[in-house]
Amino acid sequence: MRIIMGSLLRIGVLSSAVIVMLGGILFFIQHPAETFDYNVFKGEPARLKQIHTIVKEALEFKSRAVIQFGILLLIATPIVRVLFSLLGFLIEKDWIYVTITFIVLLVLSLSLFFL
Amino acid sequence: MITAISILFLGALFAGFIGSLTGLGGGVIIVPLLTLGFGVDIRYAIGTSLISVIATSSGAGSAYVKGGLLNIRIGMFLEIATTLGAIAGAAIAVFAPTHAIAVIFGFVLIYSAVNSFRKRYDAIEINNSRPLKSTKLMNLLKTDCTYSLGSEVKSYALQNVGGGFMVMSIAGILSGLLGIGSGALKVIAMDSIMKIPFKVSTSTSNFMIGVTAAASAGIYLSRGYIDPLLSMPVVTGVLIGSLTGAKVLMRSQTKSIRVVFAIVIALLAIEMIYNGLMKNI
Repeated sequence: MRIIMGSLLRIGVLSSAVIVMLGGILFFIQHPAETFDYNVFKGEPARLKQIHTIVKEALEFKSRAVIQFGILLLIATPIVRVLFSLLGFLIEKDWIYVTITFIVLLVLSLSLFFL
Repeated sequence: MITAISILFLGALFAGFIGSLTGLGGGVIIVPLLTLGFGVDIRYAIGTSLISVIATSSGAGSAYVKGGLLNIRIGMFLEIATTLGAIAGAAIAVFAPTHAIAVIFGFVLIYSAVNSFRKRYDAIEINNSRPLKSTKLMNLLKTDCTYSLGSEVKSYALQNVGGGFMVMSIAGILSGLLGIGSGALKVIAMDSIMKIPFKVSTSTSNFMIGVTAAASAGIYLSRGYIDPLLSMPVVTGVLIGSLTGAKVLMRSQTKSIRVVFAIVIALLAIEMIYNGLMKNI
């Protein structure tokens, strides 16, 4: 189980890093003349804030969405790890920790989907 | 644009490298780098920093899992505290004025710098003489408190879980508010308060940092704090930097680096506080 978790983390980080970098390269191909403009906070456009639009645009190879998708993968990595721990506790029939892990997952999904 | 991003990448590389050498983490450097160095609004900065924190935590974490030094049960239990704290912290970040965040960040920076020189002792040696008082909560948690050091298997007992839980909530709040990992505070909660051996504390803390950050990441994302073009160079830079730093880690030489770094951090902290008070940030 531990070996799976270790590899899981590495795969998650590596794939997200690769996707983020590819997205970056794509960006410079698609938008060669953008300016660096982050001094005033405008917030991201809606299409880059919501999971379903990010995935949709990433599949269309829109560079910013591809990068955001890589970031989503990165955020997902520790969450998947918690899920695996839940599975482990279920297999061991450690009900107290199944409950505890479930609470943590609840908090995580609250943050990701409802707030 | 490409020059700015390249400089950001190099800065992040440096931040990740030094962060892993000194154990101070990349997050505390990324935010000042972006706000003071590039004039980026602090909201983008904490969003970018948080993502890089997840990257380094998960990247380094694969090494920690193998040793069996990670107490996943106590980590998971404490995660309840940190994730709830993280959501609270992120919520505060959304509504708090940015200069307040900058000032708080400055103070946390100073604390981190000072804390990196704390003497570390293995609490397990001191505990053996005292009778262990176990509470109902501890019995309920029944964690597997053993770890292996080479061929030895050592055991330890948890103490003061309630206190650890409370400090973890604060660590979570700081993580969600400032976009940092709060690793140092987590280690303190486990090592000093709960008397968990230092090696287990650091491994468990590393696991927890990623999950805690993921908890506030959702809020940051929906509020538009996470920008792809800022994150891209920072995430890749910090990852490469910290993995390189971990390999290069030479214990004997880090003391002087730490001193220099602590001074730099303290100066950055003062700048953050000053700019925050002047409402420049």
